[in-house]
Amino acid sequence: MSLLRSPYQTEHFFDEMFAAGARSEVRPHYRRLAERLDNLPEAEFDQRRAAVDAAFLRRGVTFTVYNDSQGTERIFPFDLIPRIIPDAEWRRIEAGLVQRLHALNLFLDDIYHGQKILKDGVVPPALILGAKHFRREFMNFNVPRGIHVHVCGTDLIRDDRGNYLVLEDNLRCPSGASYMIENRAAMRRAFPQLFQSYGVRPVEGYAEQLLKTLLHLAPDQKEKPTVVLLTPGVHNSAYFEHCFLARQMGIPIVEGRDLVVRERRVHMRTTAGLRQVDVIYRRIDDDFLDPTVFRADSMLGVPGLVNAYRAGNVALANAIGTGVADDKVIYAYVPRIIKYYLGEDPILPNVNTYLASEQADRRFILDNIDKLVVKAANEAGGYGMLIGPAASKDECARFRAQVAAQPRNYIAQDPIMLSRSPTWCDGQLEGRHIDLRPYILHGEKITVTPGGLTRVALRKGSLVVNSSQGGGSKDTWVLKGDT
Amino acid sequence: MPPTRQAASAPPERPQMTVMLSRVAHSLYWMSRYIERAESTARLLDVNLHFLADLQDLSVASQNTWESLILSSGAYEEFRKLNATADSHSVTEFLAFDLRHAGSILNCVYAARENARMIRDQISLEMWEVINELHLILKSTNTADVWARGPQEFFTRIIRASHQFQGLTDATFPRSEGWEFIRFGKMLERADKATRILDVKYHILLPSATDVGGALDTAQWQAVLRSASALDAYRRYHVREILPWKAAEFLIFSDSFPRSLHFCVAQVDDLLRRILGETGARPRSAAARASRRLLGELESRTITDVLGQGLHEFLMDCQATLAAISDEVAETTMFYPAESSLEDQQQQQQQ
Repeated sequence: MSLLRSPYQTEHFFDEMFAAGARSEVRPHYRRLAERLDNLPEAEFDQRRAAVDAAFLRRGVTFTVYNDSQGTERIFPFDLIPRIIPDAEWRRIEAGLVQRLHALNLFLDDIYHGQKILKDGVVPPALILGAKHFRREFMNFNVPRGIHVHVCGTDLIRDDRGNYLVLEDNLRCPSGASYMIENRAAMRRAFPQLFQSYGVRPVEGYAEQLLKTLLHLAPDQKEKPTVVLLTPGVHNSAYFEHCFLARQMGIPIVEGRDLVVRERRVHMRTTAGLRQVDVIYRRIDDDFLDPTVFRADSMLGVPGLVNAYRAGNVALANAIGTGVADDKVIYAYVPRIIKYYLGEDPILPNVNTYLASEQADRRFILDNIDKLVVKAANEAGGYGMLIGPAASKDECARFRAQVAAQPRNYIAQDPIMLSRSPTWCDGQLEGRHIDLRPYILHGEKITVTPGGLTRVALRKGSLVVNSSQGGGSKDTWVLKGDT
Repeated sequence: MPPTRQAASAPPERPQMTVMLSRVAHSLYWMSRYIERAESTARLLDVNLHFLADLQDLSVASQNTWESLILSSGAYEEFRKLNATADSHSVTEFLAFDLRHAGSILNCVYAARENARMIRDQISLEMWEVINELHLILKSTNTADVWARGPQEFFTRIIRASHQFQGLTDATFPRSEGWEFIRFGKMLERADKATRILDVKYHILLPSATDVGGALDTAQWQAVLRSASALDAYRRYHVREILPWKAAEFLIFSDSFPRSLHFCVAQVDDLLRRILGETGARPRSAAARASRRLLGELESRTITDVLGQGLHEFLMDCQATLAAISDEVAETTMFYPAESSLEDQQQQQQQ
């Protein structure tokens, strides 16, 4: 019996594994996987799936579901069919991501210094000066090594012809890298032989590269700098990841209450007294970092942290105020930003985007809201979003009113028929929509880990891949060659 | 020849984890204490359920035993509010499964797991898996099923998991400051439990002190020794009979049995020295002074002495000293600003 026996429909979508056409041929880089699946009895496949799930639960590879009185920890549903990217395709993605992060860093440095790009009229000043994540307090502040975004997770999707497009940039505290690594470990256990025959590039170097990136920020004269990971705490949905990364890097994981500032230096409370901290990989948003500067009611932050940062006594990754560049409105300007600073055309294009803040676009959005995807500028995790074609009349009307009232807060995009990948659903393979979040690190140079987190919308027909909304994930294989 | 290492770009040097956060020390200590507590309670209940199965006709004695068990657990008032009578079912239910009782086995396991989760980055994957797996099993266990299958299986599972955890801690946790906190928690809990196990029998023993040596008494003292996993060890020292005062002596004064009060206090004293950096002959901290004083008593006094003073009073004094030591250490090394409800804000951070 074969897993591929069931009639598989690519329909009118771009399918990662099967080329379109009457015979639905398996794409060359998926062929060895197809052979393996052909020879795998269904019972055995099920057994491996159960073993992988059990291992995730036992190892505590979970995320916390909010809005659930139980505070339930769940495993991130994992699909055993990997997403495979051949070498040539990956090189292009990699070049596009490096280019984009490079330009965004130049943009942030400009925004917090001379603001040439605003003066030259490439980006409307009102968009920046009125942006929620613009930190006026940090004008003319020189961040350590001139780098603003050290850790970046860029969401990519493929359209119905298989073109890679950038969906959004995550420049504040992108999460998910730990799942990329845990998914790989799970696949290695489930299909050890397959890895030997395919040349899959390893993702396990991520943590080491991250540590290098963080150490790069330490003051020169420090012989053994102290690097810590600052977590909001055990109730945060990404707490597993914080622990995972801290363990992999061998650095302490601290909460705000573990840190204390004395004479503009940050210290951690240890059993042997205070000890100075040099670099903080913070997984807390700007707003919560320091109650004396940002939100006064923050209990997660460290009073005085910003002062220590300004004095150059501690480095933060990512820097404060990077959110101004991953705002969904600024996103629309990124192709122009790349052109402005690098004089190059973007290697990875954006999804066609309409800005409610611009009159003509706004008119278009209000008239066509049922055909568009509308997003709030500053929300993450799939919240504050309308998928017009799938929404009810009421929902459309509600969003129309919101867009009209606060145009700066909304953008709209053409709905993209995200590519699909075969996914195990109730006893057979069916096409499900996927995206890709690769992880880019900016230390001495910019590096992209070959792989990433492929998220999959498990509900039939759904385009929302977020874990908080019924999404799962797959292992992502970047090959050394093209097959 | 050792295999040559592949030439690769030099990995970054690991920042040495030579310091320990106070919060981490605190969690290691409680994780260890809670696991130990769950194990002791499981054994205590298991032994008593067994013991009574052997002596079914002695329902008066049985009633008495469960009453004493609750008395010595230190949660008598709490128990009384929730239950009318103390019998095998109500006491087991309360001490093992009742989520309203902070010291119940279920709550101990949950608390141990929550502490382990807070320091997930500090302990080995193996240690975490044992604790997490036990937690997952208990979460999906229904009390009625446990009773239906006989609670012994449940208790055995708790005890085994605790042993596995201790073994893995021993095999995978670095001998560092964290190790001292783990051991300190365990030894303090054991010492405290030793006093409580004995105290259970004090309630039974004293009213009928003249009965010493009766068949029921022997069986009961066997149960006491079993509750501390001490029966086999005791028999190696005292070949034939189980005499109440010898059993008490063994559990209080043995300097080689790892669950005796003396043995545990000696360990606590040693660990205190390391944790508090007490290098001099004369202790500087109140905690070290208290433990030295207690150890001194256990080294120099005799069982006759203690029975003369009153076993119960002696055990109560020991418990109070142990509690004072715990508080003092927490204050000096693990002090933390009072915890407020951080949950909402912790949840807001995500991208």
